[in-house]
Amino acid sequence: MITWLAGSLGHTLLGLCSTMGGFALFFRDFMYALFTTRLQITKLFSQMEQVGIGSLVIVALTGTFTGAVLALQSYIGFKRYGGTELIGPLIALSMTRELGPVITGLMVTGRAGSAMAAELGTMRITEQIDALVTLNINPLQYLVIPRILASTVIMPFLTVFSMACGIIGGYIVCIYSLGLNSQQYMEGIRKYLEFSDITSGLIKSAFFGLIISWVGCYKGYVASGGARGVGLSTTQSVVMGSILMLLANYFLTSLLF
Amino acid sequence: MIQLIDLHKRFGTGRWVTDGLNLEIPDGKMTAIIGRSGEGKSVLLKQMIGLIPPTSGAINVDGVDLITAPSAQKEKILQQFGYVFQFAALLDSLNILRNIGITLFEQGKSEEEVLPIVKEKLRLVNLSDDILDKNPSELSGGMRKRVGLARTLISQPKIILYDEPTTGLDPITTRIIHELMFDMQKKFNMTSVVISHDVEIFKYADRVALLHQGKIRYCGDAKTVWESDNPYLYQFIRGLPEGPMDAETAKH
Repeated sequence: MITWLAGSLGHTLLGLCSTMGGFALFFRDFMYALFTTRLQITKLFSQMEQVGIGSLVIVALTGTFTGAVLALQSYIGFKRYGGTELIGPLIALSMTRELGPVITGLMVTGRAGSAMAAELGTMRITEQIDALVTLNINPLQYLVIPRILASTVIMPFLTVFSMACGIIGGYIVCIYSLGLNSQQYMEGIRKYLEFSDITSGLIKSAFFGLIISWVGCYKGYVASGGARGVGLSTTQSVVMGSILMLLANYFLTSLLF
Repeated sequence: MIQLIDLHKRFGTGRWVTDGLNLEIPDGKMTAIIGRSGEGKSVLLKQMIGLIPPTSGAINVDGVDLITAPSAQKEKILQQFGYVFQFAALLDSLNILRNIGITLFEQGKSEEEVLPIVKEKLRLVNLSDDILDKNPSELSGGMRKRVGLARTLISQPKIILYDEPTTGLDPITTRIIHELMFDMQKKFNMTSVVISHDVEIFKYADRVALLHQGKIRYCGDAKTVWESDNPYLYQFIRGLPEGPMDAETAKH
Protein backbone atom coordinates (compact mmCIF):
# COMPACT_ATOMS: atom_id res chain seq x y z
CA MET A 1 0.00 0.00 0.00
CA ILE A 2 2.77 2.43 1.00
CA THR A 3 4.78 1.42 -2.06
CA TRP A 4 1.75 1.98 -4.27
CA LEU A 5 1.08 5.39 -2.70
CA ALA A 6 4.71 6.44 -3.05
CA GLY A 7 4.75 5.21 -6.64
CA SER A 8 1.57 7.10 -7.53
CA LEU A 9 2.83 10.26 -5.85
CA GLY A 10 6.18 9.99 -7.60
CA HIS A 11 4.50 9.39 -10.95
CA THR A 12 2.23 12.41 -10.49
CA LEU A 13 5.13 14.64 -9.41
CA LEU A 14 7.24 13.51 -12.36
CA GLY A 15 4.34 14.23 -14.72
CA LEU A 16 3.88 17.68 -13.18
CA CYS A 17 7.61 18.48 -13.43
CA SER A 18 7.66 17.27 -17.02
CA THR A 19 4.68 19.49 -17.95
CA MET A 20 6.14 22.52 -16.17
CA GLY A 21 9.51 21.89 -17.83
CA GLY A 22 7.78 21.62 -21.20
CA PHE A 23 5.98 24.93 -20.61
CA ALA A 24 9.21 26.63 -19.59
CA LEU A 25 11.20 25.32 -22.58
CA PHE A 26 8.41 26.30 -24.95
CA PHE A 27 8.42 29.81 -23.50
CA ARG A 28 12.21 29.99 -23.81
CA ASP A 29 11.97 28.97 -27.49
CA PHE A 30 9.18 31.50 -28.00
CA MET A 31 11.28 34.32 -26.49
CA TYR A 32 14.30 33.30 -28.56
CA ALA A 33 12.23 33.26 -31.77
CA LEU A 34 10.60 36.57 -30.81
CA PHE A 35 13.96 38.36 -30.69
CA THR A 36 15.71 36.54 -33.54
CA THR A 37 13.02 36.38 -36.26
CA ARG A 38 11.06 39.00 -38.20
CA LEU A 39 7.68 39.86 -36.71
CA GLN A 40 4.90 39.10 -39.19
CA ILE A 41 2.64 42.11 -38.84
CA THR A 42 -0.13 40.83 -41.14
CA LYS A 43 -0.47 37.61 -39.16
CA LEU A 44 -0.35 39.57 -35.90
CA PHE A 45 -3.29 41.76 -36.98
CA SER A 46 -5.16 38.75 -38.30
CA GLN A 47 -4.81 37.04 -34.90
CA MET A 48 -5.77 40.25 -33.07
CA GLU A 49 -8.94 40.30 -35.15
CA GLN A 50 -9.66 36.63 -34.39
CA VAL A 51 -9.06 36.96 -30.65
CA GLY A 52 -10.38 40.51 -30.24
CA ILE A 53 -13.26 41.05 -32.64
CA GLY A 54 -14.30 37.41 -32.33
CA SER A 55 -14.62 37.72 -28.55
CA LEU A 56 -16.42 41.09 -28.45
CA VAL A 57 -19.97 39.73 -28.23
CA ILE A 58 -19.27 37.22 -25.48
CA VAL A 59 -17.23 39.79 -23.51
CA ALA A 60 -20.01 42.37 -23.87
CA LEU A 61 -22.66 39.91 -22.70
CA THR A 62 -20.73 38.60 -19.70
CA GLY A 63 -19.58 42.11 -18.70
CA THR A 64 -23.05 43.63 -18.93
CA PHE A 65 -24.74 40.87 -16.97
CA THR A 66 -22.01 40.79 -14.33
CA GLY A 67 -22.51 44.52 -13.74
CA ALA A 68 -26.27 44.07 -13.69
CA VAL A 69 -26.13 41.22 -11.16
CA LEU A 70 -23.66 43.16 -9.00
CA ALA A 71 -26.16 46.04 -8.92
CA LEU A 72 -29.00 43.77 -7.82
CA GLN A 73 -26.94 41.93 -5.19
CA SER A 74 -25.34 45.03 -3.70
CA TYR A 75 -28.63 46.93 -3.62
CA ILE A 76 -30.04 44.51 -1.03
CA GLY A 77 -27.15 45.08 1.37
CA PHE A 78 -26.67 48.79 0.82
CA LYS A 79 -30.39 49.55 1.18
CA ARG A 80 -30.39 48.10 4.72
CA TYR A 81 -27.73 50.60 5.78
CA GLY A 82 -28.91 53.49 3.62
CA GLY A 83 -25.80 53.49 1.43
CA THR A 84 -27.28 53.01 -2.05
CA GLU A 85 -25.16 55.89 -3.41
CA LEU A 86 -22.17 53.54 -3.06
CA ILE A 87 -23.55 50.97 -5.53
CA GLY A 88 -22.04 52.81 -8.52
CA PRO A 89 -18.50 52.95 -7.05
CA LEU A 90 -18.79 49.31 -5.92
CA ILE A 91 -19.66 48.16 -9.44
CA ALA A 92 -16.96 50.33 -11.01
CA LEU A 93 -14.25 49.20 -8.59
CA SER A 94 -15.25 45.53 -8.87
CA MET A 95 -15.31 45.64 -12.65
CA THR A 96 -12.05 47.52 -13.09
CA ARG A 97 -9.93 45.89 -10.40
CA GLU A 98 -11.16 42.30 -10.54
CA LEU A 99 -14.21 41.13 -12.45
CA GLY A 100 -13.47 42.80 -15.79
CA PRO A 101 -10.02 41.21 -16.22
CA VAL A 102 -10.97 37.82 -14.73
CA ILE A 103 -14.25 37.33 -16.58
CA THR A 104 -12.71 38.50 -19.85
CA GLY A 105 -9.78 36.15 -19.26
CA LEU A 106 -12.05 33.18 -18.63
CA MET A 107 -14.12 33.95 -21.71
CA VAL A 108 -11.04 34.33 -23.91
CA THR A 109 -9.62 31.08 -22.48
CA GLY A 110 -12.77 29.22 -23.46
CA ARG A 111 -13.07 30.84 -26.85
CA ALA A 112 -9.60 31.72 -28.18
CA GLY A 113 -7.27 29.60 -26.00
CA SER A 114 -9.15 26.43 -26.88
CA ALA A 115 -9.24 27.42 -30.57
CA MET A 116 -5.44 27.87 -30.55
CA ALA A 117 -4.92 24.45 -28.97
CA ALA A 118 -7.33 22.78 -31.40
CA GLU A 119 -5.90 24.47 -34.50
CA LEU A 120 -2.22 23.88 -33.66
CA GLY A 121 -3.02 20.36 -32.40
CA THR A 122 -4.68 19.48 -35.70
CA MET A 123 -1.73 20.97 -37.58
CA ARG A 124 0.64 18.88 -35.46
CA ILE A 125 -1.09 15.54 -36.00
CA THR A 126 -1.61 16.14 -39.73
CA GLU A 127 2.13 16.94 -40.07
CA GLN A 128 1.47 20.55 -41.16
CA ILE A 129 3.91 21.83 -38.51
CA ASP A 130 6.54 19.31 -39.69
CA ALA A 131 5.89 20.51 -43.25
CA LEU A 132 6.72 24.08 -42.20
CA VAL A 133 10.01 22.85 -40.70
CA THR A 134 10.94 21.00 -43.89
CA LEU A 135 10.18 24.18 -45.87
CA ASN A 136 12.63 26.11 -43.65
CA ILE A 137 9.83 28.12 -42.05
CA ASN A 138 10.11 28.55 -38.29
CA PRO A 139 6.75 27.31 -36.89
CA LEU A 140 7.19 29.46 -33.79
CA GLN A 141 7.58 32.56 -35.93
CA TYR A 142 4.78 31.56 -38.28
CA LEU A 143 2.22 30.20 -35.82
CA VAL A 144 3.04 30.92 -32.19
CA ILE A 145 4.45 34.45 -32.01
CA PRO A 146 1.47 36.12 -33.76
CA ARG A 147 -0.98 34.30 -31.48
CA ILE A 148 0.77 35.05 -28.17
CA LEU A 149 1.54 38.68 -29.04
CA ALA A 150 -1.98 39.27 -30.36
CA SER A 151 -3.59 37.89 -27.19
CA THR A 152 -1.28 39.87 -24.91
CA VAL A 153 -1.94 43.12 -26.78
CA ILE A 154 -5.67 42.68 -27.36
CA MET A 155 -6.65 41.51 -23.84
CA PRO A 156 -6.43 44.97 -22.22
CA PHE A 157 -8.72 46.39 -24.96
CA LEU A 158 -11.25 43.61 -24.39
CA THR A 159 -11.01 44.19 -20.66
CA VAL A 160 -11.70 47.93 -20.98
CA PHE A 161 -14.72 46.99 -23.07
CA SER A 162 -15.85 44.50 -20.41
CA MET A 163 -15.36 47.10 -17.66
CA ALA A 164 -17.46 49.64 -19.59
CA CYS A 165 -20.18 47.06 -20.30
CA GLY A 166 -20.29 46.08 -16.61
CA ILE A 167 -20.66 49.69 -15.49
CA ILE A 168 -23.37 50.28 -18.13
CA GLY A 169 -25.14 47.05 -17.12
CA GLY A 170 -25.11 48.18 -13.50
CA TYR A 171 -26.35 51.64 -14.54
CA ILE A 172 -29.30 50.20 -16.47
CA VAL A 173 -30.39 48.05 -13.52
CA CYS A 174 -29.83 50.82 -10.94
CA ILE A 175 -31.69 53.50 -12.89
CA TYR A 176 -34.42 51.61 -14.75
CA SER A 177 -35.09 48.72 -12.38
CA LEU A 178 -34.17 49.90 -8.89
CA GLY A 179 -35.16 53.54 -9.44
CA LEU A 180 -31.89 55.06 -8.20
CA ASN A 181 -30.61 58.47 -9.20
CA SER A 182 -28.57 58.57 -12.39
CA GLN A 183 -26.45 61.54 -11.32
CA GLN A 184 -25.70 59.92 -7.96
CA TYR A 185 -24.53 56.74 -9.72
CA MET A 186 -22.13 58.59 -12.04
CA GLU A 187 -20.99 61.03 -9.36
CA GLY A 188 -20.10 58.16 -7.01
CA ILE A 189 -17.98 56.53 -9.71
CA ARG A 190 -16.18 59.80 -10.49
CA LYS A 191 -15.53 60.35 -6.80
CA TYR A 192 -14.18 56.94 -5.82
CA LEU A 193 -12.71 55.43 -8.98
CA GLU A 194 -9.04 56.19 -9.51
CA PHE A 195 -6.96 55.85 -12.63
CA SER A 196 -4.74 53.26 -10.90
CA ASP A 197 -7.80 51.01 -10.45
CA ILE A 198 -8.14 50.83 -14.22
CA THR A 199 -4.41 50.45 -14.94
CA SER A 200 -3.99 47.63 -12.41
CA GLY A 201 -6.85 45.76 -14.14
CA LEU A 202 -5.28 46.34 -17.54
CA ILE A 203 -1.83 45.15 -16.42
CA LYS A 204 -3.42 41.98 -15.07
CA SER A 205 -5.34 41.43 -18.29
CA ALA A 206 -2.18 41.68 -20.42
CA PHE A 207 -0.60 38.95 -18.27
CA PHE A 208 -3.77 36.88 -18.58
CA GLY A 209 -3.59 37.21 -22.39
CA LEU A 210 -0.01 35.98 -22.30
CA ILE A 211 -0.86 33.01 -20.06
CA ILE A 212 -3.96 31.96 -22.02
CA SER A 213 -2.24 31.99 -25.40
CA TRP A 214 0.98 30.45 -24.06
CA VAL A 215 -0.97 27.50 -22.63
CA GLY A 216 -3.21 27.18 -25.71
CA CYS A 217 -0.28 27.26 -28.14
CA TYR A 218 1.85 24.89 -26.04
CA LYS A 219 -0.89 22.29 -25.61
CA GLY A 220 -1.63 22.38 -29.35
CA TYR A 221 2.03 22.39 -30.37
CA VAL A 222 2.82 19.21 -28.44
CA ALA A 223 -0.46 17.41 -29.19
CA SER A 224 -0.24 13.75 -30.15
CA GLY A 225 -2.51 10.74 -30.43
CA GLY A 226 -4.87 11.64 -33.27
CA ALA A 227 -8.29 13.23 -32.90
CA ARG A 228 -8.55 12.11 -29.27
CA GLY A 229 -5.21 13.76 -28.51
CA VAL A 230 -6.36 17.04 -30.02
CA GLY A 231 -9.57 16.90 -27.97
CA LEU A 232 -7.56 16.22 -24.83
CA SER A 233 -5.14 19.06 -25.55
CA THR A 234 -8.02 21.46 -26.11
CA THR A 235 -9.67 20.51 -22.82
CA GLN A 236 -6.35 20.70 -20.97
CA SER A 237 -5.63 24.12 -22.45
CA VAL A 238 -8.90 25.49 -21.04
CA VAL A 239 -8.45 23.85 -17.62
CA MET A 240 -4.76 24.73 -17.22
CA GLY A 241 -5.21 28.18 -18.74
CA SER A 242 -8.01 29.00 -16.30
CA ILE A 243 -6.13 27.65 -13.27
CA LEU A 244 -2.86 29.38 -14.13
CA MET A 245 -4.73 32.60 -14.86
CA LEU A 246 -6.48 32.52 -11.46
CA LEU A 247 -3.18 31.74 -9.70
CA ALA A 248 -1.51 34.61 -11.51
CA ASN A 249 -4.48 36.80 -10.58
CA TYR A 250 -3.77 36.31 -6.88
CA PHE A 251 -0.06 37.10 -7.18
CA LEU A 252 -0.58 40.06 -9.51
CA THR A 253 -3.30 41.46 -7.24
CA SER A 254 -0.93 41.13 -4.27
CA LEU A 255 1.74 43.02 -6.22
CA LEU A 256 -0.57 45.72 -7.57
CA PHE A 257 -2.71 46.10 -4.42
CA MET B 1 26.01 10.91 -50.93
CA ILE B 2 23.99 10.27 -47.80
CA GLN B 3 25.43 7.75 -45.35
CA LEU B 4 23.49 6.44 -42.40
CA ILE B 5 26.00 4.92 -39.98
CA ASP B 6 25.10 2.75 -37.01
CA LEU B 7 21.85 4.65 -36.59
CA HIS B 8 19.90 3.89 -33.42
CA LYS B 9 16.56 5.30 -32.46
CA ARG B 10 14.04 4.49 -29.79
CA PHE B 11 11.30 6.46 -28.10
CA GLY B 12 11.66 6.43 -24.32
CA THR B 13 12.38 2.90 -23.18
CA GLY B 14 10.51 1.26 -26.06
CA ARG B 15 11.93 -1.06 -28.72
CA TRP B 16 14.69 0.10 -31.07
CA VAL B 17 13.01 1.49 -34.17
CA THR B 18 16.36 1.71 -35.93
CA ASP B 19 18.87 -0.65 -34.41
CA GLY B 20 22.37 -0.07 -35.75
CA LEU B 21 21.13 0.74 -39.23
CA ASN B 22 23.70 1.31 -42.01
CA LEU B 23 22.79 2.53 -45.48
CA GLU B 24 24.42 4.45 -48.32
CA ILE B 25 22.22 6.52 -50.63
CA PRO B 26 24.04 7.46 -53.85
CA ASP B 27 23.68 10.88 -55.50
CA GLY B 28 21.35 11.31 -58.45
CA LYS B 29 19.64 7.96 -57.96
CA MET B 30 16.25 6.89 -56.68
CA THR B 31 16.50 4.64 -53.65
CA ALA B 32 13.36 2.88 -52.49
CA ILE B 33 13.14 1.82 -48.85
CA ILE B 34 10.62 -0.95 -48.43
CA GLY B 35 9.43 -2.86 -45.40
CA ARG B 36 6.40 -4.00 -43.48
CA SER B 37 4.02 -1.57 -41.78
CA GLY B 38 5.30 -0.34 -38.42
CA GLU B 39 8.95 -1.08 -39.19
CA GLY B 40 9.92 2.59 -38.76
CA LYS B 41 10.43 3.62 -42.37
CA SER B 42 8.85 7.04 -41.84
CA VAL B 43 10.85 7.49 -38.60
CA LEU B 44 14.00 6.74 -40.59
CA LEU B 45 13.10 9.36 -43.20
CA LYS B 46 12.29 11.93 -40.50
CA GLN B 47 15.66 11.30 -38.86
CA MET B 48 17.34 12.05 -42.19
CA ILE B 49 15.70 15.48 -42.41
CA GLY B 50 16.12 16.34 -38.73
CA LEU B 51 12.46 16.14 -37.71
CA ILE B 52 13.28 13.34 -35.26
CA PRO B 53 16.71 13.23 -33.60
CA PRO B 54 18.41 9.80 -33.58
CA THR B 55 19.40 8.29 -30.25
CA SER B 56 22.91 7.62 -31.60
CA GLY B 57 24.77 7.14 -34.85
CA ALA B 58 25.66 9.43 -37.73
CA ILE B 59 23.87 10.88 -40.74
CA ASN B 60 26.51 12.07 -43.21
CA VAL B 61 25.53 14.27 -46.12
CA ASP B 62 28.48 14.87 -48.44
CA GLY B 63 30.81 14.02 -45.55
CA VAL B 64 29.19 16.29 -42.94
CA ASP B 65 27.52 14.65 -39.96
CA LEU B 66 24.15 16.35 -39.49
CA ILE B 67 24.00 15.33 -35.84
CA THR B 68 27.25 16.95 -34.75
CA ALA B 69 27.42 19.78 -37.31
CA PRO B 70 27.00 23.37 -36.05
CA SER B 71 23.39 24.51 -36.43
CA ALA B 72 24.19 27.03 -39.20
CA GLN B 73 25.94 24.35 -41.28
CA LYS B 74 23.18 21.85 -40.56
CA GLU B 75 20.54 24.38 -41.62
CA LYS B 76 22.41 25.03 -44.88
CA ILE B 77 22.59 21.31 -45.66
CA LEU B 78 18.93 20.75 -44.80
CA GLN B 79 17.98 23.49 -47.25
CA GLN B 80 19.02 21.04 -49.99
CA PHE B 81 16.32 18.62 -48.83
CA GLY B 82 12.69 18.46 -49.84
CA TYR B 83 10.08 16.28 -48.16
CA VAL B 84 6.81 15.00 -49.61
CA PHE B 85 4.50 13.89 -46.82
CA GLN B 86 2.32 10.79 -46.85
CA PHE B 87 -0.91 12.83 -46.84
CA ALA B 88 0.68 15.91 -48.44
CA ALA B 89 0.41 17.99 -45.20
CA LEU B 90 -0.96 21.03 -47.02
CA LEU B 91 -1.91 23.94 -44.78
CA ASP B 92 -5.73 23.91 -44.42
CA SER B 93 -5.96 27.65 -43.90
CA LEU B 94 -4.25 28.57 -47.19
CA ASN B 95 -5.37 28.20 -50.78
CA ILE B 96 -3.28 26.23 -53.27
CA LEU B 97 -1.38 29.29 -54.51
CA ARG B 98 -0.38 30.20 -50.94
CA ASN B 99 0.44 26.56 -50.13
CA ILE B 100 2.77 26.05 -53.08
CA GLY B 101 4.35 29.48 -52.84
CA ILE B 102 4.57 29.60 -49.04
CA THR B 103 8.39 29.73 -48.90
CA LEU B 104 8.47 32.57 -51.44
CA PHE B 105 5.72 34.51 -49.67
CA GLU B 106 7.61 34.06 -46.40
CA GLN B 107 10.70 35.54 -48.08
CA GLY B 108 8.61 38.65 -48.68
CA LYS B 109 7.91 38.14 -52.41
CA SER B 110 4.71 39.60 -53.84
CA GLU B 111 1.91 37.62 -55.46
CA GLU B 112 2.95 38.97 -58.90
CA GLU B 113 6.42 37.51 -58.41
CA VAL B 114 5.25 34.19 -56.97
CA LEU B 115 2.40 33.41 -59.38
CA PRO B 116 4.47 32.54 -62.49
CA ILE B 117 6.80 30.29 -60.43
CA VAL B 118 3.84 28.48 -58.89
CA LYS B 119 2.22 28.02 -62.31
CA GLU B 120 5.45 26.55 -63.66
CA LYS B 121 5.64 24.04 -60.79
CA LEU B 122 1.98 23.13 -61.29
CA ARG B 123 2.71 22.34 -64.94
CA LEU B 124 5.60 20.12 -63.84
CA VAL B 125 3.24 18.01 -61.75
CA ASN B 126 0.58 17.98 -64.49
CA LEU B 127 -1.99 20.18 -62.74
CA SER B 128 -3.83 23.12 -64.25
CA ASP B 129 -3.88 26.70 -62.96
CA ASP B 130 -7.59 26.67 -62.17
CA ILE B 131 -7.00 25.01 -58.78
CA LEU B 132 -4.93 27.95 -57.49
CA ASP B 133 -7.85 29.57 -55.63
CA LYS B 134 -9.14 26.30 -54.19
CA ASN B 135 -8.54 25.04 -50.67
CA PRO B 136 -6.74 21.70 -50.04
CA SER B 137 -10.00 20.11 -48.85
CA GLU B 138 -11.50 20.63 -52.32
CA LEU B 139 -8.85 18.46 -54.03
CA SER B 140 -8.66 14.69 -54.44
CA GLY B 141 -5.96 12.67 -52.64
CA GLY B 142 -3.85 12.34 -55.81
CA MET B 143 -4.09 16.06 -56.56
CA ARG B 144 -3.12 16.95 -53.00
CA LYS B 145 -0.01 14.77 -53.29
CA ARG B 146 0.94 16.44 -56.57
CA VAL B 147 0.43 19.86 -54.95
CA GLY B 148 2.65 18.67 -52.08
CA LEU B 149 5.32 17.75 -54.63
CA ALA B 150 4.95 21.12 -56.39
CA ARG B 151 5.40 22.88 -53.03
CA THR B 152 8.58 20.90 -52.40
CA LEU B 153 9.93 21.69 -55.89
CA ILE B 154 9.65 25.45 -55.26
CA SER B 155 12.84 25.39 -53.19
CA GLN B 156 14.65 23.38 -55.92
CA PRO B 157 15.91 20.64 -53.60
CA LYS B 158 18.86 18.43 -54.50
CA ILE B 159 17.56 15.62 -52.33
CA ILE B 160 13.89 14.75 -52.13
CA LEU B 161 12.36 12.38 -49.60
CA TYR B 162 8.98 10.80 -50.32
CA ASP B 163 7.03 9.30 -47.42
CA GLU B 164 4.71 6.68 -48.93
CA PRO B 165 3.65 8.93 -51.80
CA THR B 166 1.12 6.47 -53.24
CA THR B 167 -0.63 5.27 -50.09
CA GLY B 168 -4.38 5.21 -50.52
CA LEU B 169 -4.32 5.94 -54.25
CA ASP B 170 -5.86 3.86 -57.05
CA PRO B 171 -3.49 2.00 -59.44
CA ILE B 172 -3.81 4.60 -62.20
CA THR B 173 -3.05 7.55 -59.91
CA THR B 174 -0.27 5.51 -58.30
CA ARG B 175 1.33 5.05 -61.70
CA ILE B 176 0.94 8.77 -62.49
CA ILE B 177 2.67 9.69 -59.20
CA HIS B 178 5.46 7.15 -59.76
CA GLU B 179 6.10 8.44 -63.28
CA LEU B 180 6.08 11.99 -61.99
CA MET B 181 8.68 11.14 -59.34
CA PHE B 182 10.77 9.36 -61.97
CA ASP B 183 10.53 12.32 -64.39
CA MET B 184 11.47 14.82 -61.66
CA GLN B 185 14.46 12.73 -60.64
CA LYS B 186 15.77 12.39 -64.20
CA LYS B 187 14.98 15.99 -65.18
CA PHE B 188 16.69 17.63 -62.20
CA ASN B 189 19.18 14.83 -61.44
CA MET B 190 17.88 14.72 -57.87
CA THR B 191 18.72 12.19 -55.21
CA SER B 192 15.39 10.60 -54.29
CA VAL B 193 14.54 8.41 -51.33
CA VAL B 194 11.13 6.79 -51.48
CA ILE B 195 9.40 4.95 -48.67
CA SER B 196 6.94 2.49 -50.14
CA HIS B 197 5.04 -0.74 -49.64
CA ASP B 198 4.33 -0.92 -53.32
CA VAL B 199 6.44 -3.36 -55.38
CA GLU B 200 5.62 -1.27 -58.47
CA ILE B 201 8.29 1.16 -57.26
CA PHE B 202 10.97 -1.31 -58.47
CA LYS B 203 10.16 -0.24 -62.05
CA TYR B 204 11.21 3.32 -61.30
CA ALA B 205 13.84 3.04 -58.54
CA ASP B 206 17.57 2.46 -59.10
CA ARG B 207 18.20 0.80 -55.75
CA VAL B 208 16.09 -0.99 -53.19
CA ALA B 209 16.71 -1.33 -49.44
CA LEU B 210 14.62 -3.57 -47.22
CA LEU B 211 14.14 -2.48 -43.59
CA HIS B 212 13.25 -5.08 -41.00
CA GLN B 213 13.60 -5.02 -37.19
CA GLY B 214 15.57 -1.77 -37.32
CA LYS B 215 18.21 -3.00 -39.77
CA ILE B 216 18.69 -2.98 -43.53
CA ARG B 217 18.36 -6.66 -44.52
CA TYR B 218 18.90 -6.17 -48.22
CA CYS B 219 20.29 -3.39 -50.38
CA GLY B 220 20.82 -3.81 -54.10
CA ASP B 221 19.91 -2.97 -57.65
CA ALA B 222 16.18 -2.50 -58.17
CA LYS B 223 16.28 -4.29 -61.53
CA THR B 224 17.42 -7.56 -59.98
CA VAL B 225 15.20 -7.78 -56.88
CA TRP B 226 12.97 -10.46 -58.39
CA GLU B 227 16.02 -12.69 -58.99
CA SER B 228 17.47 -12.15 -55.52
CA ASP B 229 17.62 -15.12 -53.15
CA ASN B 230 17.82 -12.90 -50.05
CA PRO B 231 15.28 -14.64 -47.79
CA TYR B 232 13.84 -11.40 -46.37
CA LEU B 233 13.40 -9.81 -49.80
CA TYR B 234 12.06 -13.05 -51.25
CA GLN B 235 9.37 -13.25 -48.58
CA PHE B 236 8.46 -9.55 -48.65
CA ILE B 237 8.06 -8.97 -52.38
CA ARG B 238 6.06 -12.14 -52.84
CA GLY B 239 3.90 -11.42 -49.81
CA LEU B 240 4.58 -14.80 -48.21
CA PRO B 241 3.12 -15.15 -44.71
CA GLU B 242 5.93 -17.49 -43.59
CA GLY B 243 9.64 -16.79 -43.69
CA PRO B 244 12.42 -15.09 -41.70
CA MET B 245 10.37 -11.92 -41.16
CA ASP B 246 7.51 -13.84 -39.64
CA ALA B 247 9.86 -15.83 -37.39
CA GLU B 248 11.73 -12.75 -36.15
CA THR B 249 8.56 -10.75 -35.60
CA ALA B 250 7.18 -13.61 -33.49
CA LYS B 251 10.40 -13.59 -31.38
CA HIS B 252 9.92 -9.91 -30.58
